[in-house]
Amino acid sequence: MNESFLELPLAVLLVQSPLAGEFFPTLGLPLPPGTMSPAAYFAALDNGVLEDLALERDSLVEQFTDYLLLLSTLGKGRTASRLESITILGGHDKSGRREDFSLTVRPGEIISLVGPTGSGKSRFLADIEWLAQGDSPTGRSLLIDGAPPDPGLRYAIDRKLVAQLSQNMNFVMDLSVEEFITMHAESRMVEDIPGVTRSIISLANELAGERFSPDTPVTSLSGGQSRALMIADTSCLSNSPIVLIDEIENAGIDRKRAVRTLVDKQKIVLMATHDPILALMGERRLVFKNGGIAAIITTSDAERANLKLFEEMDAKLGAVRNALRNGERIE
Amino acid sequence: MRVITLAGPPSSGKSAVTIKAIASLKQKGVSVGVVKFDSLSTQDQLLYEKQGVAVTTGLSGNLCPDHFFVSNVEESLAWGVASGFDLLVIESAGLCNRCAPHIQGVLAVCVIDNLSGVNTPKKIGPMLKMADIVVITKGDIVSQAEREVFAHRVRQVNGSATILNVNGLTGQGGDELGRLLQGAPETISVEGKLLRFSLPAALCSYCLGQRKIGADFQMGNVKKMAFS
Repeated sequence: MNESFLELPLAVLLVQSPLAGEFFPTLGLPLPPGTMSPAAYFAALDNGVLEDLALERDSLVEQFTDYLLLLSTLGKGRTASRLESITILGGHDKSGRREDFSLTVRPGEIISLVGPTGSGKSRFLADIEWLAQGDSPTGRSLLIDGAPPDPGLRYAIDRKLVAQLSQNMNFVMDLSVEEFITMHAESRMVEDIPGVTRSIISLANELAGERFSPDTPVTSLSGGQSRALMIADTSCLSNSPIVLIDEIENAGIDRKRAVRTLVDKQKIVLMATHDPILALMGERRLVFKNGGIAAIITTSDAERANLKLFEEMDAKLGAVRNALRNGERIE
Repeated sequence: MRVITLAGPPSSGKSAVTIKAIASLKQKGVSVGVVKFDSLSTQDQLLYEKQGVAVTTGLSGNLCPDHFFVSNVEESLAWGVASGFDLLVIESAGLCNRCAPHIQGVLAVCVIDNLSGVNTPKKIGPMLKMADIVVITKGDIVSQAEREVFAHRVRQVNGSATILNVNGLTGQGGDELGRLLQGAPETISVEGKLLRFSLPAALCSYCLGQRKIGADFQMGNVKKMAFS
């Protein structure tokens, strides 16, 4: 970011970087007049005002420069070319036994993670998030597009590799669905915020068993509705190329479609699950034991045939569930 | 010795994440000591001792906690050096959002939790805005969207800090935090160093123990609100 930006009148700067104005209210400062440059504005700020807001004149210039830099990188993140592949090279398990594997995953692939609690699934994800280079407790390394990633990416919170849809899907904000998604869209700096918000809500409604409206408070959504909303939201708004879904079963949503939605958006889907239908949907599954990956199983044709069977059973059970909900007899 | 100041609002998970980071550092043979500052009481001494971490607690009692911190920070370092620690974490509760214990030339960490709400980053002053590392906790309790909005809001008020998500319960991110702490500059004394930001102006009659309410009893540094 060029330092001379600080000398431009705010109105001119806003044409180049429309969101730059948000910097001032974020810190509790009134918006400068359009004819004034940020540099002149910072210089003219009253000492008392700065003291009351706990701000320092010199660091304001630095903070504003950082903020403009942030805006420009966020813009770039949207247009940057997507990654082609991620490769994870084996390290060792908790007892120091070598893991002998090299796993390459591409966008649109589904990988299931199976293994008991504490077997190392979370550590595996942490390795991906941290872009491990043999320097994490497991000794694993990660390659992006076949090469070690740029070390700066490790700290780029706006370009995190993994979006995590955890088991506990709570909302702590007291907002309507529409306000909530709008807020997320704003933080991602997307262009057509109302359009994106509408499509996320309608997609979530297709995935959820029971419908909800844009005015529904997020805190009163059912478990299934929250799940559906977050899957729709993550697939449309999250920058992260990898999505982890933790235990999606029994959430009262169309599981298969939910996963398809993410795959369609060219996400890599990692699914920690013990649900046979979901586990077999994956092209491959990683078997975790004692902190390491004990095996990588490619889903066989026989398993796919079984998947069909399980799906029929699941559809039957689903029909019974619906009948129960509608007050029918199960005879 | 590498020195770190670590601050954050009450119950944001400061001790939990510190313990996770220390556990990972200990495995690498790094010896760590903790000085815990608080105001009235703290259970954290026990938490640290349970993990076998050397810790000294300072309670400010009826003194301003931040002034108490500054008055004792030099002695804290002396204790760390005498004890032969490789790394010293000075943990203090951020009690009024306006304060920050961060010192120039000393690695500054702010711990803040997702549950505190998306507007909180705006409300916290130099403790967050002047930190080198911002640790965000309790990410497992909120949705992915909230985590992203929250991290973005932190980024808005502190564009240069390294932001790290750490789960104080499972320890996810603790190893990474430990690694970042090891990057703290070597310091053996803070004498003559500057606080990154001045502590709030004080010294009114209430600082001196006045309890009666009313204009007649307000003396010194007094400021009035505007009502329309």
